Amino acid sequence: MKVVLRNLTKKFPGRDKKNKADVIAVNDFDFEIPDGKLIGLLGPSGCGKSTTLNLISGLEKPTSGQVFFGEEDVTGLPPEHRGIGLVFQNYALYPHLTVRQNILFPLENLKGKDKLSKAEMLEKAMDAARLVQIDELMERRPGELSGGQQQRVAIARALVKRPRVLLLDEPLSNLDARLRLQTREEIKRIQKETGITTIFVTHDQEEAMSISDMIVVMKDGMVQQIGRPQEVYDSPANLFVAKFLGTPPVNVFEGQVKDGWLTIGKDAVLPVKGAAEGPVYAGIRPEGFLLRKGGAFGCELSGVEVMGRDISMVCANSASLSPAIRAIIGSENMAEVSMDARQVRFDLKPGKVFLFDRRTEERIEFDASAISRL
Amino acid sequence: MDKRKMEGKHSGAGSWKTRFNSMKGWLYLLPAILFLGFFMVYPLIDVFVYSFEEGYNSASQTYFGTGTYNYSYVLHDPYFLQALKNTFLLVIITVPLSTGIALLISVGLDSIKPLRNLLQTIYFLPYVTNTLAVGLVFMILFKKTAYSDGLVNLLIQWFGGESVDFIDGPYWAKMFVLCLYTIWVVMPFKILILTSALASVNQDYYKAARVDGTSKFRTFMRITLPMISPMIFYLVITGFIGAFKAYSDAVALFGTNLNAAGMNTIVGYVYDMLYGDSGGYPSYASAAAIILFAIVLTITCVNLLIGRKNVHY
Amino acid sequence: MNRTRKNDYKRQRRTAGAITYFFLIIWAVIVLFPFYWMILTSVKSYGAYNSESIPKFFTLSPTLQNYVDAFTTVPLARYFVNTVIFTLLTTAVMIVVITLAAFAFARLEFRGRNGAFLLFLSLMMIPNELVIITNFVTITNLDMRNTFQGLILPSVTSVFYIYLLKENFEQVPDSLYKAAKVDGTSDMKYLLKVLVPISRPTLITVTILKVIECWNSYVWPRLITDDEAYYLVSNGIQEIRENGFGRENIPAMMAAVVVISLPLIVLFLIFHKKIMAGVSRGGTKG
Repeated sequence: MKVVLRNLTKKFPGRDKKNKADVIAVNDFDFEIPDGKLIGLLGPSGCGKSTTLNLISGLEKPTSGQVFFGEEDVTGLPPEHRGIGLVFQNYALYPHLTVRQNILFPLENLKGKDKLSKAEMLEKAMDAARLVQIDELMERRPGELSGGQQQRVAIARALVKRPRVLLLDEPLSNLDARLRLQTREEIKRIQKETGITTIFVTHDQEEAMSISDMIVVMKDGMVQQIGRPQEVYDSPANLFVAKFLGTPPVNVFEGQVKDGWLTIGKDAVLPVKGAAEGPVYAGIRPEGFLLRKGGAFGCELSGVEVMGRDISMVCANSASLSPAIRAIIGSENMAEVSMDARQVRFDLKPGKVFLFDRRTEERIEFDASAISRL
Repeated sequence: MDKRKMEGKHSGAGSWKTRFNSMKGWLYLLPAILFLGFFMVYPLIDVFVYSFEEGYNSASQTYFGTGTYNYSYVLHDPYFLQALKNTFLLVIITVPLSTGIALLISVGLDSIKPLRNLLQTIYFLPYVTNTLAVGLVFMILFKKTAYSDGLVNLLIQWFGGESVDFIDGPYWAKMFVLCLYTIWVVMPFKILILTSALASVNQDYYKAARVDGTSKFRTFMRITLPMISPMIFYLVITGFIGAFKAYSDAVALFGTNLNAAGMNTIVGYVYDMLYGDSGGYPSYASAAAIILFAIVLTITCVNLLIGRKNVHY
Repeated sequence: MNRTRKNDYKRQRRTAGAITYFFLIIWAVIVLFPFYWMILTSVKSYGAYNSESIPKFFTLSPTLQNYVDAFTTVPLARYFVNTVIFTLLTTAVMIVVITLAAFAFARLEFRGRNGAFLLFLSLMMIPNELVIITNFVTITNLDMRNTFQGLILPSVTSVFYIYLLKENFEQVPDSLYKAAKVDGTSDMKYLLKVLVPISRPTLITVTILKVIECWNSYVWPRLITDDEAYYLVSNGIQEIRENGFGRENIPAMMAAVVVISLPLIVLFLIFHKKIMAGVSRGGTKG
C-alpha cells in the first residue's frame, strides 16, 4: 500500500504566553511513500517527525492537506478504520494483560462482519507471535519481559490485524546498544517477510541509514531531503542534511571560491569547476582526507585516535567552524606522517567535498569529474 | 471559516464528531456535576441566603425579612459563646501538643529498627476506629460511678491525688479529657505524615553531616527540621481546621446534650440549632456556620502568611 | 584513650536507644489500652464488673453473655446491617461517579475542561459543615428522612478522590491510549479494560478509605434519621449509651462497641500497608 501525503500541514496553537503565534509542526508535506518499502523519518527532536506519524495514523487531524493510502483518501478516517499498526517507543503494552491478551486486544475490538471466532483470533495471535519469535512467552506479563522482548510483543500486536501500513515511533530508543543492532535487523526481516509498507521515526541517523529503503530528513517541520540512504549521504541537499548524517560528522569550514578553486585559509585546496565565485561553507567528510606530504590543505595536528582498522586524526584549522577536525585515514597511511609532527597536509577526495551557500546553506553543485584522477 | 475550508470535504463529519466528543466529556462528568451541584454548590449559596433571612420558619418555610439579626442573635447567645470558648481552648491546646508529640514520636520511630513497623502500625490503629465507640471507652475510664471511681481516678488516688469526675465534674477536668481524647484521635494521621516525611529526607545529608562531625541535635535542628518543615506546616494548618470542626469527640465523651454539659463546640452548636432538642432554626445554624467558616478562613490565611516566612521549601 | 572514647560513645548511644524505646512503648500502650479495656470489660459479667470497685486488669471467668445481650436487648444487628448497606451502596456509587469524572478530566478533550476542573478543585475547600444545613432541609423537604437515599445521596461524590484518581489516570502513558485508539477501542472500553485494571491499587485504596469514612460517619446519619430502624452503628452506640441497657450495663455496652469496631480493625489488619500508604499519599497531596 503506497502512502501519499498531499500538502499536509499541522499547526498547534502557541503555548507561549508572550508569543501566541501558532507552532507549525508539519509544514506543507508533499511526498509519496512507495508500496512495500521501509521508510525512515529522520530528524532531531522537535522536527515534527512524530507529528507526521500521528497524522498518518489518524491520531491527529491535519490543519490542511490530505493523506492517501493507495488511492483512498483517509484524511477524515479515525485511526481504527485506517488499517494501521502502531508501535511506540515505550511499547505501550497493557501491563495488566499477558502477552497473549495484549496481542488479542486489537482483534477483540472487531465488530460486525469483521468479528472473529475465538479460535480464529487465537490462530492469528499465534501467527503474529511466531513471526516475531515470541510464541514461547505468551503467558508472561510485560513486566516479566526484557526490553527487546517487549518490543517484539508490541510489533506482534501491531501486526495481528494485518495492517495496510505499519508505523513505528522511535522503536529502538529504549533498547541498549547491542539489542538495538539486533532488533533493527529483526524489523528489517519482519518488514521483508510481510511486505507491509513500514514507516518508522528516529532521531538516530545510523539506525535510519542502516535499514531504510528510503529516508526522509526533516527539520523544523520541513522536509529537507528524501532519497535512498546512500544517495542522501553522498549528495546532501543542504548543510543541515550534510551535518546530520554521518559519524563522525562532516567537517565544516568557512571558505572562498576564487579563480575556480576552493580556498580555505591561504590554501587553494580543490578545483571546483562550475561553482560561482564568493564565500561558501565547505563540508568535508572525515573519509574525504588523503594524507600527503605535499598535500594542498594544511592543518595543525592535535592528536591521533586509533580506531582499529582506521585511525582518526584530530586536527585544528582556524577556518573550521568547530575546534576539532576529524579525518579518517587508513592505518597503512600512517607512514606518511611522523607521530610528533605539528603540521599535516592533506589532499581532498572531490566526491567527499560539498559546497554550501553562506546565506541559504543550500548545496552548490560543482563538476567533480574533471579531477577524478585524485 | 478559512480553517473549515482547508479541512476539505471531511469538515462536515469532523465538526460533528468534535461536537460529539465535546459532549461526551461532559456526559462522563454529568453524575459528578449533578451530585456536586445539588449537594454542594446550591447549598453553599443557600446557606448565605438562610443566614440573612430573619425569622425563618422551617415548618411553613416563610420568613419576615432580611438582615443581620441572625448573626447578632448567635453572637449574643450564651451557648454559642460557650461553644466558641470551648472550641478555641481545644484548638490552642491540642494543635501544638499533638503536632509536637507526633514529631517526637516520629523522630523516635525514625531512629530505631526493630519493632519499627509494628509500632507504626499500632500507632495508626485509632485512625480506623469509630470515634463514638472508643469515646465510650474513654468515658468509662474517666467517669466516676456509684460503684467505682474509674480506673484513672484510682491511679490518681494511688499516687496520692484527689479523685475528680472527669465527665460530670469541673470544667477543667472535662476539658482535659476532651483534649486528651482529641489528641488520641488525631495522632495517627500526624505520626504517619511525619514518619513518611522523615523517611523521604535524602540520607546523603545525614552522611555529609556525620562526616563534618555535626552533633545529633544540631543535625536535627539544621537539617531534619527544615527539610520536613513543609509537612509540619501542613499538619498545623489541617490541625487547626480539623480542631475547629471538633464535634463527635465531645459527643462521644459527654453525650448528645452538649449544651447541658457545657462542653459544646461551634459545630455542635450548628447542629443543635438545626436539629435536636432546641432545633428547627436553620437561619441561626447558617449564621453560626458562616461565622465558623470565617474564623477558619482567617486562621488559615494567618497561618499561610506566617508559614511563607518560616517554611523552607 | 581512643578505646574509652569509643566505649563512652557506645554507652551513650545505648542509653539514648533505651530511652527512645521506653517512650515509644509508652505511647503504644496508651494507644492500645482503650482497646484492651474494651475487650476486657466486654467479657466480664455484669455482676462481676459492678462489684469491682477497683477494676481488675484481667478476668478469670470470661463470659460471652454480654454479646448475647448486645444483640438481643438492643437492635444491634439492625444497626449493623444498616451500616453495611449504607457503606456498600455509598462506596459503590461513589466509585462509579468519580471514575467517570476522573476519566473525563484525565483523558477526554472537551471545551471547558480546564475551567470545570478548576471549579471542582475550588470545591475541595468548602467545609461540609457549611453545606450540611441546606442538605438537611433539602432531604427533609424531599421526604427522604429515614430512608437510605437520604443517607447515601449527599456523600457519593468526593472532589478529592476525583483529583487523586485523575492524577493516577494521567500516570498511564499517553501511548497506551493511542495504541487503544489505533486498535479501535472505544473510550468506555479503554476505561474499563485498561485504565481501571491498571489503576486498581488506587481504586482499592480509595474504596477502603471511603469504607472507613462511611462506617464511622455520625453527623449526617444523626441529622437525617430519628427512626431506630435506620440508625447506623455510630448512632446506635449513642442511642445505647443514652437509652439502652438501663445506662449502667457497661459490659454489654462494651460488647456492642467491640462488635462495631471489629470489622474495621479486621480490615485494617488485612490492608494496613495499603491504608497507610493511601492516607499518607492523600495527606501529601491534599
